[in-house]
Amino acid sequence: MKVIYTDNNATTKVADEVIEEMVPYFGQFYGNPSSMHTFGDQVGKKITQARMQVAQLINADPDEIVFTSCGTESDNSAIFSALNANPDKKQIITSTVEHPAILNLFKFLRDNKGYDAVFVPVDKQGHLDTNMLYDKLSDNTAVVSLMWANNETGVIFPISEIAKKVTEKGILFHTDAVQAAGKIPIDVKAANVDMLALSGHKIHAPKGIGVLYVKKGLKFHPYLIGGHQEKGRRGGTENTVSIIGLGRACALAVEHLPVIDKEVRQLRDYLQDQLLEKIPAASVNGELENRLPNTLSIGFDAVEGESILMLLDRENICASSGSACTSGSLDPSHVLLAMQVPFKSAHGTIRFSLSHYNTRDEMDHIVKTMVPAIETLRAMSPFWKDGKMV
Amino acid sequence: MWDYTEKVKEHFLHPRNVGELEDANAIGETGSLNCGDALKLYLKVNENERIIDASFMTFGCASAVASSSALTEIIKGMTLDEAAKVTNDDIADYLGGLPKEKMHCSVMGKAALKKAIADYRGVQILEKPGEMVCECFEVTDLEIIDAVKENNLETTEDVTDYLKAGGGCGKCLDRIEEVIASVKAKG
Ligand code: FES
Repeated sequence: MKVIYTDNNATTKVADEVIEEMVPYFGQFYGNPSSMHTFGDQVGKKITQARMQVAQLINADPDEIVFTSCGTESDNSAIFSALNANPDKKQIITSTVEHPAILNLFKFLRDNKGYDAVFVPVDKQGHLDTNMLYDKLSDNTAVVSLMWANNETGVIFPISEIAKKVTEKGILFHTDAVQAAGKIPIDVKAANVDMLALSGHKIHAPKGIGVLYVKKGLKFHPYLIGGHQEKGRRGGTENTVSIIGLGRACALAVEHLPVIDKEVRQLRDYLQDQLLEKIPAASVNGELENRLPNTLSIGFDAVEGESILMLLDRENICASSGSACTSGSLDPSHVLLAMQVPFKSAHGTIRFSLSHYNTRDEMDHIVKTMVPAIETLRAMSPFWKDGKMV
Repeated sequence: MWDYTEKVKEHFLHPRNVGELEDANAIGETGSLNCGDALKLYLKVNENERIIDASFMTFGCASAVASSSALTEIIKGMTLDEAAKVTNDDIADYLGGLPKEKMHCSVMGKAALKKAIADYRGVQILEKPGEMVCECFEVTDLEIIDAVKENNLETTEDVTDYLKAGGGCGKCLDRIEEVIASVKAKG
């Protein structure tokens, strides 16, 4: 049976064009881009091209692009660099809804390195409490790190506005743009961020490749200390194949941005409207307007997410749940908790995240599967009776 | 994805004895919406204290539904005394095993059964006796002591797998560790 893949915020299909671009560099062209011979240098030239393609996606200069192994490495490198650059400053600021790559790093720094970590809350819509953020900024602040868009709800933070206020005070600003890249336009110059992380496998490149944008002129302290690669900003022989794939993926992403803004958004809205219309006691998590065009986080009262996923899985529909039950954690996700989504729907939250590969037929099939799935689960739920929550 | 046995999947997709039991004369409820799973167990017990029918309503993950379904199948036809001896392991075994992290689903079944039996006999079981250890999942020290003894649990992770305690904010983990140590110290 054909898979209906609507879990693109988890990972994406590697585009055929990307695979095609990479294949020769697995075998035939295995040279080291640093070598002093033409054989290695032809790989070096390809990497230069990839660097340019990545830079174009976020309006950076190619020199500002550092290839890493993943989004998490990019985030960690950014924060450690900021701390090394400001050894006397002991406060670090982020939000309560970040990806674990930032959240757990900040907790680690708080618990083990004596940093005063501030986790700025969000409201029920998922909006950041920017007033509290601005109040907290001080001479002691080493870095502010905020996600551009949330992986679970798709809610977008006003990064340009925040980065301006933060950097005006001479404080470093990093953004985790792993979910935003390729889904909405990103312009690092206009947004005036110091550092930005993105990840290959969220934009139809393979897993194991990430990018850290480092603004020109910023004093950068490498996280992986080694050779001269990446202009001394990240040691280790380049993952040539994946870098080349990522370059192509970024070029494709530039082309697809309008498609995602229009067609994918329409598909998402269609799915959302259909589910809300056909299933009672369902609610969308996060602000509707300021949201990634591909993401739908929707909660169903009185049922539990993993059970819904199991019923979807029977139809080969891939989505993910908002209760992290599937991952072994027992609470609803920290994002939904931070937004004070009530437990009755938080446990029954499903995230559908689309890509330009999805079709309207697939959305119809999801709706057709979801309606009886929720009915079945509610029929056995002690919290549901006569068509409503009890 | 969880490594569920075919039996778990089968009991989830085709649960036995779902729904309210109109003429039930014993009911046991456990869990809550906040905790992420809950089970309401209905028994019909005859004058010889034999369970002649059982049904359930469950909110929770696939293994919670399967455990509830298994429980009703196991206890149907048993006397209350026999049913009282059913352990959470019996429920898990009936399903060909549960992933370790999901053992709390079988524990929930056992807890509901205990309450239903008490309900029938009209005995009051003190609602959560003991000192509250885990606020996130409302688990007391006595419950932890029981689970540690019954299932020979060693670590805080074990306790989380069986009772969920410690699986939320985590601030109770130190206290759980103390409780485990106290049980082990007593042998
Ligand atoms: S109090 Fe136990 S996990 Fe929060």
